[in-house]
Amino acid sequence: MNINLTLFGQMVTFAFFVWFCMKFVWPVIIEAMEERQKKIADGLDAADRALRDLELAQNKATDQMKEAKQEAAGIIDQANKRANQIVDEAKQQAVAEGDRLKAAAQADIEQEINRAKEELRASVAGLALAGAEKVLEASIDEKSNRALVDKLAAQL
Amino acid sequence: MAGENPASTTEYIQHHLTNLVYGNHPENGWSFAHGAQEAAEMGFMAIHVDSMAWSIGLGVLFCWMFRTAAKRATTGVPTGMLNFVELIVEFIDGAVKDSFHGRNKMVAPLALTIFVWIFLMNLMDLLPVDLVPELLMLAGVNYQKIVPSTDPNITLGMALGVFILMLYYSIKIKGTGFISELTMHPFNHWGFIPINLFMETVGLLAKPFSLGLRLFGNMYAGEMIFILIATMFAAGAGAGLIGGGLHAQIFGEHTSALFWLVIFILVCSVCGLNLKGKISTGKTVLLCMVFMALGGGLTALGGGLMQWGWAVFHILVITLQAFIFMVLTVVYLSMAHEDH
Repeated sequence: MNINLTLFGQMVTFAFFVWFCMKFVWPVIIEAMEERQKKIADGLDAADRALRDLELAQNKATDQMKEAKQEAAGIIDQANKRANQIVDEAKQQAVAEGDRLKAAAQADIEQEINRAKEELRASVAGLALAGAEKVLEASIDEKSNRALVDKLAAQL
Repeated sequence: MAGENPASTTEYIQHHLTNLVYGNHPENGWSFAHGAQEAAEMGFMAIHVDSMAWSIGLGVLFCWMFRTAAKRATTGVPTGMLNFVELIVEFIDGAVKDSFHGRNKMVAPLALTIFVWIFLMNLMDLLPVDLVPELLMLAGVNYQKIVPSTDPNITLGMALGVFILMLYYSIKIKGTGFISELTMHPFNHWGFIPINLFMETVGLLAKPFSLGLRLFGNMYAGEMIFILIATMFAAGAGAGLIGGGLHAQIFGEHTSALFWLVIFILVCSVCGLNLKGKISTGKTVLLCMVFMALGGGLTALGGGLMQWGWAVFHILVITLQAFIFMVLTVVYLSMAHEDH
């Protein structure tokens, strides 16, 4: 238990190890730890931010969906209206076309009637004469009665 | 067990408390001391080779361990050793931030070095007291104290290092304020300067001495208790089969290290079988105790249990002492930095 040179030996050793720790150990580890701390804090921040962003995006998406739905509803309304319009127009056109066709048919019919009348007129004189001839059982002078019969026919 | 045939317990204890000394003997010149007497005759010009070697070795172990961790330190996920080192560093950093309020890059690494180094030196106390000295004796080294912190040179050397730092920073930070602190402090009057100076100087010197002697005293006492318990093994030698076990019957007073190696291997294999799940824990404890009782008798069994109990308690002591030395160093340096 004597006090001797060991005392100074230990002091020197002590100084050396403290120097070593100060230079090569402490700053390196502390720096790494602080950096990691910062990194973790940044990471947590980023996670928070991402969460907020997600919420915002979700809100935005919901809004857009609502808008899209409204728009879609508007478009469907418009389409319905347009469809109705088209149907109406088609109906009107059909009616007009029908009317036109009816008119044309009527004109045809009238024409046909007129033609038939003309034909009838043409043949009625002969028929009348033939009838009369039968009735009288005698030959009638066709030339003298012709004018009379034509007059009759014109009255038809 | 110890020394050249230790005839008595006193010799055994004295042998355990003698350092391996290399120094300048008045008659033999520079040589290793043969016994405490020669070591004392060498006076100041001697060095405790064992204390220095273990303390430097443990310091190197500390540096290597922490440097390896520092090299691997990344900002990524820490693993294994790095985790452990960072735990200690963070603990020291917190302790220093709590009690040191100045700005100094040196204090935290200083505290880390002190804490880990002293802890490692104290930890040597938990090795069985006879193990290393006995083995080195086989190699021809007669004296060996493997716990550097039971050597006052070591603890006072560190305390003096701290003291020099205290003086340096006191003068650097306070300048002339340090002198007025020493001379005008308790009684602020020029007439009291000698009394003030005396009181403050004593107070100042008490710091490093209490620092070094506290650690030395605690570790020395702890080591002493281990040694005293260990003497029970020697006491068993004369106590017959029940008290002294087989080793007393076969070898008498000279126990061969080989004999204890056999017991050691038996105990280890039983523990190994337990770990593999071959035998129950209760049986393991019983078998270990039977081996110890067979080998060393009841005194050895009792001694072994007491060694174990004291070692468990001592874990607390060595950590606490390392922590106290560190905290007080930080507090003293903090006081040196406080400018009034």
